[in-house]
Amino acid sequence: MRSFSKLAFAALLIASTFALAQGAETSITVDQPYARATPAGATTGAVYMTLINKAQAADRLTAASSTAADKLQIHEMAVTNGIMQMRELANGLPVPAGGSVALKPGGYHVMLIGLKKPLKAGDTFPLTLTFEKAGNISVTVPVQAMDASKDKGGGMGGNMGGMGSGGGMGHMEMK
Amino acid sequence: MRVRQIVITALAGVAGFAAVALSTAYIVSKQQAGSGIGVASIGGPFDLVDDTGAPVTERTLAGKPSVMYFGYTFCPDVCPTTLLDMSRWIKKLGSDADKLNYIFVTVDPERDTPKLMHAYLSSFDKHIRGFTGTPEQIAKVAREYRVYYKKVPTDDGGYVMDHSAIVYLMGPNEKLASVVAYQEDDASALAKLKNLVSPTPSS
Repeated sequence: MRSFSKLAFAALLIASTFALAQGAETSITVDQPYARATPAGATTGAVYMTLINKAQAADRLTAASSTAADKLQIHEMAVTNGIMQMRELANGLPVPAGGSVALKPGGYHVMLIGLKKPLKAGDTFPLTLTFEKAGNISVTVPVQAMDASKDKGGGMGGNMGGMGSGGGMGHMEMK
Repeated sequence: MRVRQIVITALAGVAGFAAVALSTAYIVSKQQAGSGIGVASIGGPFDLVDDTGAPVTERTLAGKPSVMYFGYTFCPDVCPTTLLDMSRWIKKLGSDADKLNYIFVTVDPERDTPKLMHAYLSSFDKHIRGFTGTPEQIAKVAREYRVYYKKVPTDDGGYVMDHSAIVYLMGPNEKLASVVAYQEDDASALAKLKNLVSPTPSS
């Protein structure tokens, strides 16, 4: 009798923890992730996306992992007075409560270091993002043509890069 | 003794950075103000190798104006973006494209071998040539062109490079004619390139 209630309590605990985790996971939405195809021989790449936080509390992207590369880092890039500087965000990237943050060319990106193979337009790869509060969120990242521009970029995320931009494919084939 | 040397080196580094940052800021601000650039001190002699391994000097570029960009292949964002921009300008120049040199000079000679640069550039317009060299040769060409670059170690034992992200447009006399800033719009960049091909009397 007592052991049954213990078991039931444990089950309830597991179930509620699971529900909580599920609830938390939905507080962050990863909108239209994409990467650009990489030049031949390149060992690095960048992933862009918009992170939307529907929760009342601020969250923070603290880590990322993928089978596509040896390691991933969260970077901030800026060109100031004509000089490009790129830095790893040691404390992660804050996502404001009820707000969003855009990772886009010329700004924030998740850098892929040590690519297992070049990223080709039309390919996809898995990406797991770790948030301080929302935990792990896994997404599939489509690879767009190298010249998918920043304005086209976001809008094309969903429908697999490559097909959306004929001009882009032309550049990729240019030898 | 060693400490003093380190301090002197550090001070020299800081002073060098400040000087280059200031001159870069000056070039960009002059450019944005729309005035012509009469800076005679940008550019000069160099000894490098191209992406086929052949030796190149400033004389290799003689006779044609040059479009020069300093970057590195490990760069995930601004360098491929700029080389794509350059590829698009070349395409838009049409038959005039052959009247200019297009050079990608690495600021990361330790990783950017001629072979790697050759493979990398195969993804861009075939007019663009890669130049690399020893760290000393790269330091010299960077000094000649007032290009700032700095190796920044990352906590995983690797490194990234800070570097000037402007495209230099060198006249046929090997003097700086103009620059294209990062993310400058195509129409403006193309007008500058066309002016480099056939300078208007006013410039």
